Amino acid sequence: MTAALLLLRRELALSWNGGGGPLLACGFLLSLAVIVPLGAGPRLDQLAHLAPGLVWLALSLASLLTLERLFERDFEDGTLDLLALGSLADEVVVGVKVLSHWLAIGLPLALMTLPVGISLGLAPGQLPLLALTAGLGALAFSFTGGLGAALAIGARKGGLLIAVIVLPLFLPPVIFGAGALVAQAEGRSPAPALALLIACTLVAAVIGVLAGAAGLRGSRT
Amino acid sequence: MRVTRPLVGPLWAIAAMLLAVGSVWAFRVPEDALQGDTVRILFIHVPAASLGLAVYASLGISCLFYLIFRHSLADAAARAAVLPGAAFTGLALVTGALWGQPMWGTWWVWDARLTSMLVLFLLYIAYAVLRGAFDDEGRAARAASVLGLVGLINLPIVKFSVDWWNTLHQPASLLRAGGTSLDPAYLWPLLLMMTAWLVLFLAVWLTTIHTEIVRRRVLALRARKAREDRHV
Repeated sequence: MTAALLLLRRELALSWNGGGGPLLACGFLLSLAVIVPLGAGPRLDQLAHLAPGLVWLALSLASLLTLERLFERDFEDGTLDLLALGSLADEVVVGVKVLSHWLAIGLPLALMTLPVGISLGLAPGQLPLLALTAGLGALAFSFTGGLGAALAIGARKGGLLIAVIVLPLFLPPVIFGAGALVAQAEGRSPAPALALLIACTLVAAVIGVLAGAAGLRGSRT
Repeated sequence: MRVTRPLVGPLWAIAAMLLAVGSVWAFRVPEDALQGDTVRILFIHVPAASLGLAVYASLGISCLFYLIFRHSLADAAARAAVLPGAAFTGLALVTGALWGQPMWGTWWVWDARLTSMLVLFLLYIAYAVLRGAFDDEGRAARAASVLGLVGLINLPIVKFSVDWWNTLHQPASLLRAGGTSLDPAYLWPLLLMMTAWLVLFLAVWLTTIHTEIVRRRVLALRARKAREDRHV
């Protein structure tokens, strides 16, 4: 337990001190959001139709950004080997790293979707649901992304490779996360889509940790 | 390999024969009352789509075997399934679009079945990309096998997408509770075409696996030769 907490503290400290924390990802999210009204026209009533999809597109792309550093740097400097010698199971290592990714990148991104959603014409009444779904979705993205990052350890073409592996697996949370927002906007209950989003996140947690640990083990031998 | 090598030639021959008979038969079935001539597209579309799924299943199971037994044959089998599988899935998407244009009035809709088939295509690509991304063969095989196994989740989604989401693509008419809803005039040529494509896949698969085994042997022999030359 202490070892896991120590690892979590190390990961968080690294992501805050090393690369300016969530600044990079949040800046990327904002830049994406600026492109849309400039490309599709600034009329808010038109943008509001697209807003749920656009917010989720921006969130999923921004979640990809720092995945490459999640394992690769620790693989190169030998930290992963030290962790393997330690008392922590591979599953715990993956879980802790994914959680730190969510805390350091995912949650700030989820908060950042709120001003982006407003700027794209989302009704203010939808913001609580947006925050909830984006937070959950970012957690699912972190788990799936951790899987992709662990499988790509030591690969020749890191960053883009992870995106190609992981983006098809991002689709279920996008469907149900954006679906909940659309349902609420149309006056239906967002509860079914929300329940399915939670289910997707749980499945992503299980598979992400197990497959990520398999990827971690595969990188050693 | 000793067991399967004599099978390869006959498999190709059977596939060619069945394909020839099936194609001619497919051109001779009566026109459908609603679909007219376009019904013939289905004799390519349905086998391609079902094989796209079946090939991914064999890929995923090969990946599972690789992860359990660490035998390079399973890795070779998974690798050999990628290209035909992606081709079948792509063909199903393309023929679906060609059929959808006159019938639905659109090339593409974001219907659950179509979207999940597209995801299946992307998963084939993801597997192929990851399998080729490492210098170390063993590392590549291990990472790609995990991904191939994870991708199996998509198969039931594709299969049941037409039941879970009631969208444009018609639900299953071949395998369904209460027997098939196809007229025998279409059922038999369709089943023949599906068999033909299945045999074709088996022929391609075995040939590719054999080629891969031979390639590895050649590499091993070359490495041994190089070692021996150095010692002399």
